[in-house]
Amino acid sequence: MTTEQTKPEAAGKTGRTSMLALLRKDRMASAAALVLLLVGLCALLAPPLLGDLARDQNLRAVNLRPFSIDDGWEFVLGSDSLGRSVLARLAVAAGTTMSVAVPAVLLSLVIGSVWGMWAGFHRGWRESVSMRIADVILSFPSLLLAVVVLYVFDPSVANIVAVLAVARIPIYLRTARAESAELRSRLFVDAARTFGTRDWATIRRHVAPIVLPTLLTVAAVDFCFVMLTESSLSFLGIGIQPPDMSWGLMVAQGRQELQTAWWIAVFPGLAIILTTVSATLLAAWARIAGDPAQRWRLTAPKRGRLGRRGGKEQA
Amino acid sequence: MNAVLNKPGGGTAATVAMEVRGLSVEVRAADGPVPVVREVSFSASSGQTLALLGESGCGKSMTAQAVTGLLDPVAEVVGGEVLLDGQDVLRLGSRERRRLAGPGLAVVFQDAMTALNPVYTVGSQLAEPFRIHQRLSRRAAREKAVELMERVGIPEPRARAKSYPHQFSGGLRQRLLIAMAVALEPSVLIADEPTTALDVTVQAQIMELLAELRRETRMALVLITHDLAVVAEQADQVAVMYAGSIVESGPIAEVFGAPRHPYTRGLLDSVPAGHARGTRLRSIEGTPPRPAAIPSGCAFRTRCPMARERCATDPPPLTTTGPGRASACHYWKELADA
Amino acid sequence: MLTFLRRRIVSSAIPLLVVILGVFFLARLTGDPANLYLPLSATPEMRESFSAQHGFDQSLTAQFGDYLAELARFDFGESLRTAQPASEAVLRAFPATLQLAGFTMLLAVIGAVVVGSLAAYRPNSPADRIASFLSSTAASTPDFWFAIMGVLIFAVQLDWLPTSGTAGAAAWVLPVATLLIRPFGVLVQVVRGAMVSALSAPYIKVARSTGASEQRVIFKHALRNAGAPALTVAGDLTVGLINGAVVVETIFGWPGIGKLMIDSILQRDFAVLQAAVLLTALTIFALNILIDIGYALLDARVRQGAMA
Repeated sequence: MTTEQTKPEAAGKTGRTSMLALLRKDRMASAAALVLLLVGLCALLAPPLLGDLARDQNLRAVNLRPFSIDDGWEFVLGSDSLGRSVLARLAVAAGTTMSVAVPAVLLSLVIGSVWGMWAGFHRGWRESVSMRIADVILSFPSLLLAVVVLYVFDPSVANIVAVLAVARIPIYLRTARAESAELRSRLFVDAARTFGTRDWATIRRHVAPIVLPTLLTVAAVDFCFVMLTESSLSFLGIGIQPPDMSWGLMVAQGRQELQTAWWIAVFPGLAIILTTVSATLLAAWARIAGDPAQRWRLTAPKRGRLGRRGGKEQA
Repeated sequence: MNAVLNKPGGGTAATVAMEVRGLSVEVRAADGPVPVVREVSFSASSGQTLALLGESGCGKSMTAQAVTGLLDPVAEVVGGEVLLDGQDVLRLGSRERRRLAGPGLAVVFQDAMTALNPVYTVGSQLAEPFRIHQRLSRRAAREKAVELMERVGIPEPRARAKSYPHQFSGGLRQRLLIAMAVALEPSVLIADEPTTALDVTVQAQIMELLAELRRETRMALVLITHDLAVVAEQADQVAVMYAGSIVESGPIAEVFGAPRHPYTRGLLDSVPAGHARGTRLRSIEGTPPRPAAIPSGCAFRTRCPMARERCATDPPPLTTTGPGRASACHYWKELADA
Repeated sequence: MLTFLRRRIVSSAIPLLVVILGVFFLARLTGDPANLYLPLSATPEMRESFSAQHGFDQSLTAQFGDYLAELARFDFGESLRTAQPASEAVLRAFPATLQLAGFTMLLAVIGAVVVGSLAAYRPNSPADRIASFLSSTAASTPDFWFAIMGVLIFAVQLDWLPTSGTAGAAAWVLPVATLLIRPFGVLVQVVRGAMVSALSAPYIKVARSTGASEQRVIFKHALRNAGAPALTVAGDLTVGLINGAVVVETIFGWPGIGKLMIDSILQRDFAVLQAAVLLTALTIFALNILIDIGYALLDARVRQGAMA
C-alpha cells in the first residue's frame, strides 16, 4: 500500500487509459456502460422535453400496438389505455426513478461511509454501537420498513428517498468499518497518528482514498437494490403516486390491460432489468479490472493441453 | 514401516526415483503468457535429498506444483516430462495421476496454517489417504491416522485426533502435514519450504523428522528452499535456480565448496557462515528480474560481476562440467580455476 | 457452544426490541393514534371513545406498560375490517407464507449449491459465464414484473396455470418461481464466490495431493468451507424473502401475511399491520438464531469462540 501512495502521477494516468482500453475490449461491459449512459441522458433530458407528450391523453390513439410508426414516431412502443405514448412515459419515468435512486444511494453512501470509517477508525464502543445499529436496520425487511413509514407519513418522493437511504446506510457502514479498521492497523496510518495528525484529517487523507473504490462498487450494486425497491413500492401503490410516473407504477397500470395491451407492462419491466443488469455487470467488471491480481481473468482463457503443445519441444 | 525397506528397487543407494526433463511453465498475464519455469531438468534418487535452491520468485515452487499437477489455473505446463517409475506423469489421465498422488508422489506444503482444512478434525484428514487409496473403513483408517500422528511425534495422538487444526501450534501442524504426505510411503516427497513459517528451534526438529522419514522409508526427498544453511546440512544434491532456470547443479559438498556459477558464488558469499572475520560480507547487486522482463542472453548477466558481451547474446546452456556437475555459465572455468 | 448461543440470542434480540419500541412510538409520534387505528371517515365522538377505551389519555409510560402486557397476550385489538382480533387474522395467514417461503428457500439452496459449485469449478469458463450472467439477471429482475409476465404467458396465453389461489400443485408454480428468482440469483453468486475462494485454498491442494477425486474435493473439502460464508447471507436472504412475499402474495392472491399487510395498509387497518409486523420480526429473530446454530455446526472455530 505504501508503494501505491508514492506512485508517480504518470503511473496513475496510464492505469486509467488502460482501464478504458480494457473496457473497450469487453463487449458486455461496454454495452452496459452505453445503456447506463442512455438511461442517464433520458433522466436528465426527457422530463423537460417529453414531459407534455408523456402526460397528453389522446383518446383516438388508445392502446396502439408497438413497433409501428404509422401514428407517429412517439408511438413506436405503442400507447396506453389513455392514448399516451409509452416511449415518452418510459423516458420521463427514467427521470423519476433516478430522482429517487440517485439521492437515496448518495445519501446512504455518504452517511454510511463517513460513519463506518469513523467507527472503524476509533474501534471500541463507538464501533460496537454502530454495528448493532446496522444489524437492527438490516434485520428488518426494507419493504416492510417502507410500508410502515409510508403508512404513517405521505408517500412523497422525499419520504421514499429517506426510507430507502436509512434502509441502505448499514451496507456502507459495514463495508467502510471493516476496511478502515483493517487499515488502521497498517503502518502508514499509525505513522500519521504518531505525527499528531488529527483523526479526521487522517481519515480523509489516508483512509478514505483507499476505502472509496470498494465503497463505490458496493454503491453500484446497491443502486440496483434501491431501484428495485422503489419500483416494488410504486407497483404496490405505496411509492410514486400518479400522475407522476415511474417504471414500477407503469407496470402496475399495465397490469390492468394485460390481456389487451401487453406492451404497457412489458416495456417498463424490460427497462428496469436492462438498467439493473447493466449496473451489476459494470460493477463486477470494475471490481475485476481494478484489482491487479484479478485482471488476468479479463484476458481470454486458453486452456492449452500439454499433450498437444509440448510434444516436439523435447524431442 | 518395515515393509518399505523391502520395496523393490529401494535397495541400492542411487536409484533414480523421479526424473524431470525440460520442464517449462507459463503464467497467463494481461499481455500474454510469461515463462516462469524454463527447461528445468533434475533427478531425485531414492534415499537421498535433492535441494532446489533459489530466491523467492525464482520458480522453484512453481516447479514443485507443476511436477505434482497442482498448478493454479493461471499457470500451465507447456513442455517437458516428469518420469516416475518410467511413466510420464504429466501425460497421465487424471484418474491414473490421482492413483499416484500419495503412494508415488507426495507434497508437504509451505503454509501449515492454511494447508489443513479448518472444518474437519485432524484425525479425519489424516485418515483420508487411507480411505481413498486403500479403501479402509472409517475405523481402520482412523487407527492408521493415530499411528501416523504418533510416528511424527504428536503427543497424545489418540486424544488429539479429535481436535481441529486451529488447536495445534505451527510446528505440530507442520508435523501433521508431513504425516499426511508420508501416509502412503511415497517414493518421492516434495517439501516446499517446509519450515519457513516456523521458529528456528522448531525448524530444526521438522528437518530432523523429514531426514528420519527419508532414511526409514528410502524415499527421495526434494527439498525446496531459499535457506543455504538448511541445504548445506540436509542435502545430498543441490540444484540452484535463478529466474526460472537451473544455473548450477551437483553434489552439495562440491557445489558449495567450489561453485561454478557466479550466482551460486554470490549466494555463498552473502552468508556469514565460514567467512573470515573482518572481511566484508558481499551481497549480489540488484534484484532478480521479473519473469516478464528477463534479460536477453544470460538471465543473470545484469547482476553478474563477470558478464561480458557474449552473455547478452548467447544464453548459456546447462552443460556438464564434471562428474555429476553442471553449470550454465560460459566462463565457469574461470571460477573453477580461481 | 452454550455461551456462544446465549451471546447470539442476546444480540439478535436487540432488533426485536427495537421493532417493538418502534411500532409503539410510531403509533404515538404521529399525533393521535386514533388517526392510525380508525378509518379516515371516523367521527370525532368515535375518536374520543377510542382514546378513552385504549387508555391514550394516560401517561406514556403507563401506555407502554399496557402495550407490553397486550403484546405478551398477543393482543393487538380488533381488525377494522372483520371486527375479529387482529392476532387471529395474522396467525391464520402465517402458515401460508411459511409454506411458500420454506419451499422456495429449499429449492433456492439446492439449486444454488449445484449451479454455484459448477460455475466455481472452472472460473471464467463458458459455464461460469452463463451461470454468472443468468444469476445476476435473476437477482436484478423485478419480481412483480416477472410474476406478471408469468401470468401473461402461462395463465393468459397458454392457460396452463391458474392466476391465483393455493389449490393444487399448479397454483404453486408461479408464486414459487417468482419468489425464487431473487434469492436464487443472489445465492448462486454467493456460493460461486465462496467456492472459488475455498477451491483456491491451500487445503484443497493438499486434498488433491493425497489423490482425492474431484467430487471429494468439491463436495467434502470445499463445500463445507463455502457453507459458512453462504450462511452469512442467509439472514439477509430471509429478510429479502419477506420483501418478495409481500409482492408475490399481493399478485397471486396468496392468503399469507404479506398480502395481509398490504391489504391492511390500503384499508388503514393499523391493528392488523402492527400484529403482522411484530410476528414477522419475531420470525426473523427465530430464524437468525437457527442460522447461527447452523453456522456453529459447520465450523468448529465458531463453536469454540475462536472467531469472535
